[in-house]
Amino acid sequence: MRLLDPRLVDRGRAVRALFAADAALGVLAAFLVLAQAVLIARVAARGFGGASLADVTVPLGLLVAVVAGRAAAAWGFEVAGRRAAARVVSRLRIELVERRLRDRPAALDGAESAEVATAAVGGVDALETTFARYLPQAVLAVVVPVAVLALVASIDLVSAGVMLLTLPLVPVFMWLIGRYTERRARERWRALSLLATHFLDVVRGLPTLRAFNRGTAQARRIEEVSDEYRRATMGTLRVAFLSGAVLELAATLGIALVAVTVGVRLVEGGLGFEAALTILVLAPELYLPLRNLAAQFHASADGLAVAERLLDLADAPAAAARGTAAPPDPREAPIRLEGVSFAYPAREGVVLDGVDLELAPGERVALVGPSGGGKSTLASLVLGLAEPTAGRVTVGGADLARCDQVAWRKHIAWVPQRPTIFRGTLADNIRLGDPSAPDERVRAAAERVGSDAFVQALPDGYETVVGDGGRALSAGERQRIALARALLRDAPLVILDEPTANLDGENADLVAEAIEQLPHDRTVLLIAHRPELARIADRVVALVGGRVVEGAAAEAA
Amino acid sequence: MTRTLRRLVAFAAVPRSRLWLSVGLGALAVCFGVALMTAAGYLISRAAEHPPILALTTTIVAVRFFGLSRPIVRYLDRLVSHDLALRSLGRVRARFYARIEPLAPAQLEGYRRGDLLTRMVGDVDALQGLYLRGISPPLVALLAGAACVGATAAVLPAAAVILAAGLLAGGVAVPALAAALARSSGRRQAAARSELTADIVELLRGAPELVLFGREEDRLAAVRAADRELDRLARRDALVAGVADALAILVAGVTTAGVLAAAVSAHDTGALDRVLVATIALLALSSFEAVAPLPAAARELGGIVASGRRVLELADRSPAVSDPVDPLPAPRVPPTVSLEGVTARYGQEGEPVLADVDLTLAPGRRIGLVGPSGAGKTTVTNLLLRFLDPLEGRVAIAGRDARDYRQEDVRRVFGLAGQDAHLFDSTIRENLRLARPDATDRELGDVLDRVRLGEWVASLPDGLDTLVGEEGAEVSGGQRQRLVLARALLAGAPVLVLDEPTAHLDPATASALMDDVLAAAEDRTVLLITHRPEGLDRMDDVVTLEGGLVVEAA
Repeated sequence: MRLLDPRLVDRGRAVRALFAADAALGVLAAFLVLAQAVLIARVAARGFGGASLADVTVPLGLLVAVVAGRAAAAWGFEVAGRRAAARVVSRLRIELVERRLRDRPAALDGAESAEVATAAVGGVDALETTFARYLPQAVLAVVVPVAVLALVASIDLVSAGVMLLTLPLVPVFMWLIGRYTERRARERWRALSLLATHFLDVVRGLPTLRAFNRGTAQARRIEEVSDEYRRATMGTLRVAFLSGAVLELAATLGIALVAVTVGVRLVEGGLGFEAALTILVLAPELYLPLRNLAAQFHASADGLAVAERLLDLADAPAAAARGTAAPPDPREAPIRLEGVSFAYPAREGVVLDGVDLELAPGERVALVGPSGGGKSTLASLVLGLAEPTAGRVTVGGADLARCDQVAWRKHIAWVPQRPTIFRGTLADNIRLGDPSAPDERVRAAAERVGSDAFVQALPDGYETVVGDGGRALSAGERQRIALARALLRDAPLVILDEPTANLDGENADLVAEAIEQLPHDRTVLLIAHRPELARIADRVVALVGGRVVEGAAAEAA
Repeated sequence: MTRTLRRLVAFAAVPRSRLWLSVGLGALAVCFGVALMTAAGYLISRAAEHPPILALTTTIVAVRFFGLSRPIVRYLDRLVSHDLALRSLGRVRARFYARIEPLAPAQLEGYRRGDLLTRMVGDVDALQGLYLRGISPPLVALLAGAACVGATAAVLPAAAVILAAGLLAGGVAVPALAAALARSSGRRQAAARSELTADIVELLRGAPELVLFGREEDRLAAVRAADRELDRLARRDALVAGVADALAILVAGVTTAGVLAAAVSAHDTGALDRVLVATIALLALSSFEAVAPLPAAARELGGIVASGRRVLELADRSPAVSDPVDPLPAPRVPPTVSLEGVTARYGQEGEPVLADVDLTLAPGRRIGLVGPSGAGKTTVTNLLLRFLDPLEGRVAIAGRDARDYRQEDVRRVFGLAGQDAHLFDSTIRENLRLARPDATDRELGDVLDRVRLGEWVASLPDGLDTLVGEEGAEVSGGQRQRLVLARALLAGAPVLVLDEPTAHLDPATASALMDDVLAAAEDRTVLLITHRPEGLDRMDDVVTLEGGLVVEAA
């Protein structure tokens, strides 16, 4: 695994500052580790020699100061790491959101957007572990052993040699065993998460299980399944934990080897007591940073995985075109789909398959057909939210992909199948169609779709706060608010995606009437699931299996 | 918190003997590590007195022994503790399931929404940290810490007092501080986080409309502001986040210095052999391994206990529906089923969902139940299957109160194709067999033919072994509904309850499906609950329900 995704480093001045801080603190921490060992050995050796407490106050005081320094360095790592994590994630999430809006506004569904938001907000926690713990540990794992070996070598070359004997075992064994087990351990944990999914599946299906009298049988099954996984998992862990054990064996064996050789040479008088003690106190420090690094490995992998996911999302290729030409006005220019095909990258099969269709200025076209026939996708292409995989959409002969999308969108009023109600007042939500519209026009638009009465009945009327956390609206109410929005927009091209799907007969008629009363120079593309709406259209086009069927066949479909 | 912990331990039913084995191994691993450094310190101190090398043999053997055995003990400890964690997770899942099974679905109403259910299951899974984080580390620290203090006390009581104070500070005060700091910064950031999450979700979900109306900048500004606020809080909280870990280092170092000072002055006064000065200093220095995992554990424990509390809250609910002490034998089929003056509601309070409803399903009759959403149609299903008991009136099966039968016998009367029928993430075969576990492939093929899925299943490369995906994601809406119907038919129950069988289907598909179902139902009693017109013309009677009342019985 790479220590850090280079894309992450590219993006973060915070990350580069963190690298610098970590490197400086790492050198300081290594120096303090050495000083602590030297001081402990000095005090103990003086005591061994019969010194009184007063004789060792200076080294003891220094020891406390060094310890305080180590604590401060640890705090510094944490502060720098967390601040960098907060900065990097903040920057990533804003970039992600901006790019999503600009490049692929229509490519996210509800579940995915929730996942992105959760990762973008909660991702700090995961990255904090990486930045505040793993990175400093990685620095220490490099700096401290070198410093320790250098000091030991300056005291006693033989002991340094003994340490060097065991040190290379560590990475070699880690690599050998880690490489083999890492993958299998990961597979096991994935299996375990599958097990969790199984549990969720069973709990979700509880009503069904109970209806078929199969509820109680599942309790035993859950325990059995859990137990099977436990046994299989433990089989893997037995091997996986070996790498940790070997690493630790190298560490403890190293301490034992150093202690015994140093002890024997002390007896023979080849080494002084204080020197020997310094070496012994330093011996565990040689391996400690490495072992800590191994322990942090998994937690930090989570953080990097989150960051990588965010980076992948931010770097996803643009779906919407970004041209510069001024698009013609649909009041004068016909909109043509010329051999348009579309396939979702993640899904098999084509949604649209060589569609030819013309919307003449002022024409009202109803698009009908079974669900999954590609109606909403066709609308997305006309809206410029996505580009066809083959063929092209033209306006008055100009390729839509080469047009300025912002200018093109100004020509359109759109009601999607499931409109979004944003947090804010009802009036604000309707005003989305025209921010400068005065109250009377907002009300007039609501009235035309039969919303005025229900809004007036609310205690706060048009100032009622709706959206997440506000007053809940029924599907039909949402739809009518979105329709009012579109009417207020007063745009030459009106695209309505199943505008009456959630309305009862009376309100559906009212909405149909409002559509019928649109000025005659408006081009209307009306997507309808059911045939009732089709009668207000000049022409009915059916979309079946991604292909266009017109005329009598369309009426039948 | 301690009470919740104790209840959770009981709930997880971790076997005592295994728990102590694991804690014992954990403490032994720490002690062996301390012993290695202590023995090594003693070896060097003793060697400095230049004794004959033979006098050091025992110590050398001890150093080698601890050096070799410590990793082995640690390895065993990790295996045993992880085994225990997985075991307790399995048990918690099974016991939690057994507790909520009788509650579903009527008493889990609020939990039926996907995210709550996911969280509930997530809470159960979070309990796998209960042992590894909540129980084992403090016990290991207590045992190993006591051993270290005891060993020091045997040599120099004054040093033991210092060490005990240091271990207590490092093992109780520092973890408590770590947990408190994490909690308060979590609380401070929580509001900013949920605000930002909500803003981003809304912005991403509404992105097409925002860009179309050219209003993305307004919303983006809100996201930027929320992000700045969270960033500000996070940067401020970063200053305190590392305090606990820094204190842990400080406490260990100062304690070592204190023990060293006590040892030096004790030797000065002749109370301590000079060989032991460095020895107990090294013992003190290494004994902090015992408390090292505690701050991190304390930080996580808060979340685990919060999860546990939610789990217990659900598990403590007592089922509203239970079997009678002396049940009637199963009703003879086909029975007449009726609702007689039934009033019903969910929970202890609130408005009734149904008020004084009468409805009779005579054998072989086909009854349509219509009405707007929220009129209480699905409650009728819940009452029939005894997921819910009426507040007043009764559900009668073959003339007797449904409460006098065993729940299992009641449910055997009905084949349910519910609105929210679940397809399990398994094969077509397993999903169908739920209704009849001993059904042969021939019978499955037969029932699939009846709902016109026979050809489709036969055309699949894996046939009946085809996986349907999570919540049936791999099959189309129409196929899904047909599978649900096939399952209801396969149950062989005399009364077929169809709750919105054509929801989410286009009219042509819906109409074809109703034709097939009614043909397949043969002479069974049918209750068709719907808000759509398809199939109603083929019902013997249509009952309209509105606002919990029968308004029209045609």
